[in-house]
Amino acid sequence: MTGLIPTLLLAAVLLPLGSFFLILLAGHRLREHAAVVATGAILIASLLSFASFFIWVGGHRDTIFPDNDGQVTVPADPDSVASSVSYDESTSDAGDDHDHGHEGSGHDHDGDDHGDHGSGHDGQADTNHDTAGHQTTRIEAESGEYYTLGVFGRLQLTIGYYIDTLTICMFCMVTLIATLIHFYAQGYMHEEEDDEVVDHEVTLEDGSPFKRPGRYHRFFQYLSLFCFSMLGLVLAGNVAMVFVFWELVGICSYFLIGFYIERKSASTAANKAFIVNRVGDFGMIIGLMVFWTGCGTLSFGDYHNQDGTTAAGLFSQARPADNHHQLVTPEGLVKLSARSEIRAAVQQRRKELLQVGLDLEAPEREALIAAKVSQLRNDDPNDTTRPRYGYWLLIVGGLGIFCGCVGKSAQFPLHVWLPDAMEGPTPVSALVHSATMVAAGVYLVARFFPMFAPEVLLVIAVLGVITLFIAATIAITATDIKRVLAYSTISQLGYMMMALGVGAWAAGVFHLITHAFFKSLLFMCSGSVIHAVHTNEMTEMGGLRRKMPFTAYTMLIGCLAIAGAGIPFVIGLSGYYSKDAILEQAFSFWQVNNSAFAGLFFWLAAGGAALTSFYMFRLWFMTFAGQPRDEQRFEHAHESPRMMYVPLLILAFFAITIGWKLPDFMATGNFHLTGLLETARPAGLHGDSQGLVTALTWPDEHKSHAWAIKFPVTLLAFATAVLGALLAGIFYLARWLDPEEVRESLPSAHRFLIRKWYFDELYDLVFVRPAHLIGRVIYRIDRVVLDTILHMSARVTRTIAVFWDRVADQKVVDGVVNWTAAMTHRLGIALRAVQTGRLRQYVMFIVVAAVALFLVISFFFQSPASAGG
Amino acid sequence: MTLLATTTVSMYLAVGAVMFVTGVVCMATKRNALGILMGIELVLNGANINFIAFGSEYLRPDSLGLDGQLIALFVIVLAAGEAAVALAIALNFYNNHATVDVDQADELKG
Repeated sequence: MTGLIPTLLLAAVLLPLGSFFLILLAGHRLREHAAVVATGAILIASLLSFASFFIWVGGHRDTIFPDNDGQVTVPADPDSVASSVSYDESTSDAGDDHDHGHEGSGHDHDGDDHGDHGSGHDGQADTNHDTAGHQTTRIEAESGEYYTLGVFGRLQLTIGYYIDTLTICMFCMVTLIATLIHFYAQGYMHEEEDDEVVDHEVTLEDGSPFKRPGRYHRFFQYLSLFCFSMLGLVLAGNVAMVFVFWELVGICSYFLIGFYIERKSASTAANKAFIVNRVGDFGMIIGLMVFWTGCGTLSFGDYHNQDGTTAAGLFSQARPADNHHQLVTPEGLVKLSARSEIRAAVQQRRKELLQVGLDLEAPEREALIAAKVSQLRNDDPNDTTRPRYGYWLLIVGGLGIFCGCVGKSAQFPLHVWLPDAMEGPTPVSALVHSATMVAAGVYLVARFFPMFAPEVLLVIAVLGVITLFIAATIAITATDIKRVLAYSTISQLGYMMMALGVGAWAAGVFHLITHAFFKSLLFMCSGSVIHAVHTNEMTEMGGLRRKMPFTAYTMLIGCLAIAGAGIPFVIGLSGYYSKDAILEQAFSFWQVNNSAFAGLFFWLAAGGAALTSFYMFRLWFMTFAGQPRDEQRFEHAHESPRMMYVPLLILAFFAITIGWKLPDFMATGNFHLTGLLETARPAGLHGDSQGLVTALTWPDEHKSHAWAIKFPVTLLAFATAVLGALLAGIFYLARWLDPEEVRESLPSAHRFLIRKWYFDELYDLVFVRPAHLIGRVIYRIDRVVLDTILHMSARVTRTIAVFWDRVADQKVVDGVVNWTAAMTHRLGIALRAVQTGRLRQYVMFIVVAAVALFLVISFFFQSPASAGG
Repeated sequence: MTLLATTTVSMYLAVGAVMFVTGVVCMATKRNALGILMGIELVLNGANINFIAFGSEYLRPDSLGLDGQLIALFVIVLAAGEAAVALAIALNFYNNHATVDVDQADELKG
């Protein structure tokens, strides 16, 4: 059955593309039915994705559902058996955790004596045991090629797929959220259905608002292309294909952010998003080149050559199975980096052989190179004396790929495009911020994780934690409702990146998925509010919960989810599970490394959690609670149509429950999203890992589930969330403190935050202004120097042309032509005299001429016969 | 027999030459268009005699064979066509000028 999955997913990818082309070609005729086409396509894609999900889960039942009594089911894959058996250290570690966890839960039972809660906790703890003890088995990915684009020597470009649990989960998440957004957009964009849309944001020269035809079908056309690009990116089986879809996602975001293209701000924002992403993509191309040159392939998984042999993909090269999937410097990178040493060795050997009259044969040459490579390779963290051939290339390649992710996922320092991307229609913001664009970056980091050297992970973690903290502080002072959410997105993306960077692979991906649900929920709620009050400014809202209860309370659920609300150790909303998992790993990272630097990750993340809670509740209180600040807008406000709030309810349901463990109703075992994601964890990630250049240690993610870590972190996370919410309540609900006073007492800090840490100004100063300056200088050079040269040369050319015209054309060419004509004329006049009109004279001419001819021939050309005679 | 045995190509050629020269002189001296036409016929047939002579196996062992006779036939056909066209011209000329004197036909002279 699992063999069907590539076909199903391919269909799911191609359906939105079909919808795109249909609307592109027949959009004007389809009009409002374009929405039906696009929604239908993504809905069917969603159904196909979930079908593959169930096929996948069903096909790997033994791995995903370990037996309830905690026995390790023997995996069917012999390779996995080998890896799990050979990990003596990691399995014993995991076993320890297991025992430890049981003790912890036992204590809890005895001490607290909360029957119900205890069982809930027990379940929670069990999950962790499962993840710690048994679910380390990775379900091997299915990879293959749909079509081979071309073979260039040993390099091969294919349209391939790489399907593991991560792919499947991403497909379900993306298609589900995209479907809901399509439905929501049908309500939100209804104004565009009219033949004439008045855009009040744009005023013409005469002061009247700008009018244009509605672009309903075009909106859905772009949405379809967007979904196609994102799904293709997730399915892609090699980095080249990822890059193509990566760029497609970029161009779609460009189209959609600039949907109101007549607004200056929208077109600028679209350009900004596109250009900032180019900066990241430049790094990505460098990464691609490193891996293509060094490893000779861009394929994730192993692939088949044209001649039928199987070649190792990137992951197998960096983490070969015979090294227990531990990271080694790929052979190709070592060869590339130590090519001069290898060449010297080969030449020396050849010289030796030539002295005894032999030549270096190919097999021996290969063996010599391989021996040299393994001799030069240095993957031992303790051996600092020998150079690490190829390792730096691995770092450069990893950083290059991550550079692309920095741009796409709006990480510091390329985060500036995302808040401006709010110029697009709100459904687009919801899509860009949850399931597609920004998720792509985190997804690629997760997908490419096996290739990242620990040093790259450190960079990822550092950038992630900087991003999360900066963005959270900016969100505090923003008053535009969508901007608050935008900075919150950046901050949450920072969490994901940091999680991946400190080694919490499953937690990072888990947060990506939970965040997708609650962030799309939040955005669609804010869209609903904007739709009702026609402003983005929270300072003009207030008290709206009485007018629009569905929006208000679903948004409250979103706020609670993103703040990580829950009853500690018992149950919580989705954010509670995912954010705590990230904090746990950050804490574990700190514990293992035990330095202030490592602790910074945890404390900044915890501080960020408090800020998150603060600004989200600030947003909710300012918008929905208290008294209306603008009576007129309040009077005008109304609940959105059902088409818009039903998707909100569905998303709210998922925002609450996506982290929960499903009850065991199929008697197969407990189903849990983190447990499922564990089966996608790249092979070889259990056990601690250590950087070769840095002295840091990345602890096994499973260790973070230990009670000694879980207990303090959960309490602390809960405390930070409560603290943030309370502060927000004090300022904006109870109004014991006036935000104005705080603002006035700290004017410089406030200005610093409202100016967004002066990033835009900084970039303006560092990049934009110098670019303009250079532009102006070049313009001057163009005007003064180049134009002068051009004019001079034009004048010279003209002079030469005039001279040439007089000499050559008028004298020579015209002279020849005129002389020919004159001669012809004179000849005609001369011959005229012969034309007497007397027939007999003509006959005489003929006769005389014939005789003359005869005489000439007989005198000058002797025939052979007469010559012989 | 003896007459045939002594007959050579040159004799035929002589007859042909005489006819040719007669025709040319006729063309050059006659003012009557019909006379000129007759001269043309003489020229053509003088040439024909040459072809026949060259085509005869009795006169030359390495003769043209049937080719000579065929060319003569072509010439006859051509002469017939030419005569028809020329007579038509002469008739029209007579209609316009009430004479067949070719010296009168000098309106296109240079």
